[in-house]
Amino acid sequence: MRYLPLTPDDRAAMLAAIGVRSIDDLFEDVPAAARLKDTVDLPDHMTELEVERALSKLAGKNVPAGSVPFFVGAGAYRHHIPSTVDHLIQRSEFLTAYTPYQPEISQGTLQTLFEFQTQVAMLTGMGVANASMYDGSTACAEAVLMAARVTRRKKAVLAGSLHPHYAAVARTTAKYQDIEFAASKPDLDGLSGLKELIDGETACVVVQTPDVFGRLHDLGEIAAAAHEKGALLIAVFTEPVAFGLVKNPGEMGADIAVGEGQSIGVGLNFGGPYVGLFACKDDRAFIRNMPGRLAGETVDADGRRGYVLTLSTREQHIRREKATSNICTNSGLCALAFTIHMTLLGEAGLTRLARLNHEAACALQDRLAGVPGVKPATGAFFNEFTLRLPKPAAGVVDALAARGVLGGVPASRLYPGAGLDDLLIVAATETNTEADMAAFETALREVLR
Amino acid sequence: MSLNTQGRPTRPEVSADPGAYADTFSGSRGLDQAEPLIFERASFGNTGVDLPEPKGAKTRLGGLERENALGLPGLTEPEAMRHYVRLSRKNYAIDLGLYPLGSCTMKHNPRLNEKIARLPGFAELHPLQPDSTTQGALELIDRLAHWLRTLTNMPAVAMSPGAGAHGELCGLMAIRAALEARGDARKRVLVPESAHGTNPATAAMCGYGVDSIPANAEGRVDLAALKAKLGPDVAALMLTNPNTCGLFERDIIEVAQAVHAAGAFFYCDGANFNAIVGRVRPGDLGIDAMHINLHKTFSTPHGGGGPGSGPVVFSAALAPFVPLPYVVHEADGYRLVEQAEGAARPFGRLKGFHGQMGMFIRALAYMMSHGADGLRQVAEDAVLNANYILASLKDVLSPAFAGPCMHEALFDDRFLKDTGVTTLDFAKAMIDEGYHPMTMYFPLVVHGALLIEPTETESKDALDEFIGTLRHLAERAKAGDRERFLAAPSLAPRRRLDETAAARKPVLRWRPAPPASAAAE
Repeated sequence: MRYLPLTPDDRAAMLAAIGVRSIDDLFEDVPAAARLKDTVDLPDHMTELEVERALSKLAGKNVPAGSVPFFVGAGAYRHHIPSTVDHLIQRSEFLTAYTPYQPEISQGTLQTLFEFQTQVAMLTGMGVANASMYDGSTACAEAVLMAARVTRRKKAVLAGSLHPHYAAVARTTAKYQDIEFAASKPDLDGLSGLKELIDGETACVVVQTPDVFGRLHDLGEIAAAAHEKGALLIAVFTEPVAFGLVKNPGEMGADIAVGEGQSIGVGLNFGGPYVGLFACKDDRAFIRNMPGRLAGETVDADGRRGYVLTLSTREQHIRREKATSNICTNSGLCALAFTIHMTLLGEAGLTRLARLNHEAACALQDRLAGVPGVKPATGAFFNEFTLRLPKPAAGVVDALAARGVLGGVPASRLYPGAGLDDLLIVAATETNTEADMAAFETALREVLR
Repeated sequence: MSLNTQGRPTRPEVSADPGAYADTFSGSRGLDQAEPLIFERASFGNTGVDLPEPKGAKTRLGGLERENALGLPGLTEPEAMRHYVRLSRKNYAIDLGLYPLGSCTMKHNPRLNEKIARLPGFAELHPLQPDSTTQGALELIDRLAHWLRTLTNMPAVAMSPGAGAHGELCGLMAIRAALEARGDARKRVLVPESAHGTNPATAAMCGYGVDSIPANAEGRVDLAALKAKLGPDVAALMLTNPNTCGLFERDIIEVAQAVHAAGAFFYCDGANFNAIVGRVRPGDLGIDAMHINLHKTFSTPHGGGGPGSGPVVFSAALAPFVPLPYVVHEADGYRLVEQAEGAARPFGRLKGFHGQMGMFIRALAYMMSHGADGLRQVAEDAVLNANYILASLKDVLSPAFAGPCMHEALFDDRFLKDTGVTTLDFAKAMIDEGYHPMTMYFPLVVHGALLIEPTETESKDALDEFIGTLRHLAERAKAGDRERFLAAPSLAPRRRLDETAAARKPVLRWRPAPPASAAAE
């Protein structure tokens, strides 16, 4: 077996050195009834070529984004990732390192985390950021729990246009923390009636922009309404590229900003692993209540600058049941991919990338709005918008797929039974060509004919 | 995992003499090159990505255009390449040497798995594409689920948890849902003193009080103490097996019976599954739920802290409560179930989309490479390697418990008594010898613990070198070579770092220097 270096002679010599007759002697603590005599009922080992062949066959049954005109978003976006990113994250020293608990021999990981935290703070317009969460949805759930700790209140108000997965994860994660949830209607606006839900018991108001329908919101007013009642504003995003062009959470008065970092450096990966971004105000009470790891600057015994994991008295390995979260493993390598891609983009590249995305979406909306029966349903948007179709969007998406076009996400998949069946959520990015858009338009005309 | 309440933060003396590092003008020392932060390079406005010129069309942003600069620097491609390659060289890695972190299972990461995960048919799939366009991906999830169920002899598995701790949350939430479904509100979760910190933290997140179970003199759960604590308000026992002392819980079947007799559920922390994979099936031990760290036992790379993946296998009693989404195999293919249907009573959703697909691919490639025969050999070699280390060091280090261990060897600090050298000093001296330290000061039940997990992917030669090094260090400590240990490491990219200062005045990000004339914020 190619991954196992011990030879039969080694094993014999080692058993002799230990002073036992066979390997079974080392498993003697296992109750006799639970000792498997034989191998489990699964295939035996395979060569590298055989594994590659078998799994390539499975990969071949899928329709990857790059092979067809592709416009699917709603929480994950297709962007071009520079080849440098994937090369660097496969450096052995990054890929096969553990969590940087021994800082003297982990400065590579620690310095990149410090740079990552700084970039996330700058991008979101917040004071500080942590070293990542599993994904945007879990970052959002942790933000709700943190807001409850900071405000010592137990009510969370969710916008109806918060990604439904995020809302579901928040409700599930907070289920046994006595947190009461209230939400505005899941409609295209998602904010109507939201302010009325905020009261003196409210810990946080959770609003996404661009929201799950692609719509941009000015959070200023809702931030003021939240703050007036002593509640925190949690700004959620699933498309960080937007902040190359539009106001970020910090500029609009958010107290905590959380979201999905997948768009920058990570790729689609059928939903994971992604990277949760978590940022908040630079406030002592906030920082002490943050979940997850934090890298910080310090000096070594020679007075040289270096980085360590810090404020770990918040974390489970020190605080156990009193920790701010149970998270241990985070999304380190995806955070590295994010930070490398962000460094390559720089502000100049990010701004241009954002503009290209927005222009692609505008061009696509203009095209599709010309298809009979199709009506744009989103006012202000970034790179994603919603269309109202003359028939249920789920069937339309399947019919488009049959014509070789992946034409977005039916709102009914995210909000079943909410009366949003005629809405189609469509994303466009810098990866879409004119030909892709023309193919989409043609296919949509055929399907709706 | 190496810090805990016993691990004292290091507060080294800052030497007035800048030492050897002042010897060079650049701050570099040969191949150990100094590298500033990206923010400290004159790189604002630069970019390493060529993009076409936007057309300059009118925007539809509703007046929400950003007005302020973000301040993000950019580097061209050659500069970025050099920055990150230089930084990478300041890391220890499994590809560089033995990584004996107990409880972490740092084993070889096959590159075949990386290659497969990057096939466009997997990497370029969007989670919300129609099922008809992702049949191969859904089949892969289903196949991995089958391997996990078979290896554990458990009837159900939840695939979505993002890592081990997330899996624990999944397991305990299912337990709480099952208890509530039978109208049985319970208040407490029992956790051994030797448990990972995630266990009590998870129990607290599920709204349970945590009760500690002491260990007996043999490093295992004290069965009598456990039975005394069991009662009608106990929801679950969370037990790691093999436990964090590297020992198999001999009484585990009796433990399970006692837990079940009290109407509680038995959660197993599967962090140490590597020791028994292919040889023991948790379902045969009476376990109701167990998470499996794909980034440990099934070798998905640890990536400097993640991502991981923590599927949870469930007994029949808990199977109906498995969270959304999950994959079902029907006559016309595979289907992703995203809303509750049929008799299922999912307790909710733990993560956006469907789980850590990239990790699923790597783990399945790893499993198929080993097969049923190879996985059994994995457990045997992991246990053999750990016992070889234990046997080869027992005369110079002090084993915490008598008898053979499973996949990790645990020592305490008695061998350092009267040397003036602590576990921490000893571990830091290993760095100068070219090794990553073992897990220190964990588990908490052993004084000054040193927990060594070599894994099965180390050769006998590699083990012999490691053993030789530790024997040498133990002898130096006993010979009174204290100064060398207190100064260690002196050959790493950094010497001991001041963690106390880092926590006292946290600097968590770079900030531009304020203009000389500007008042402080």
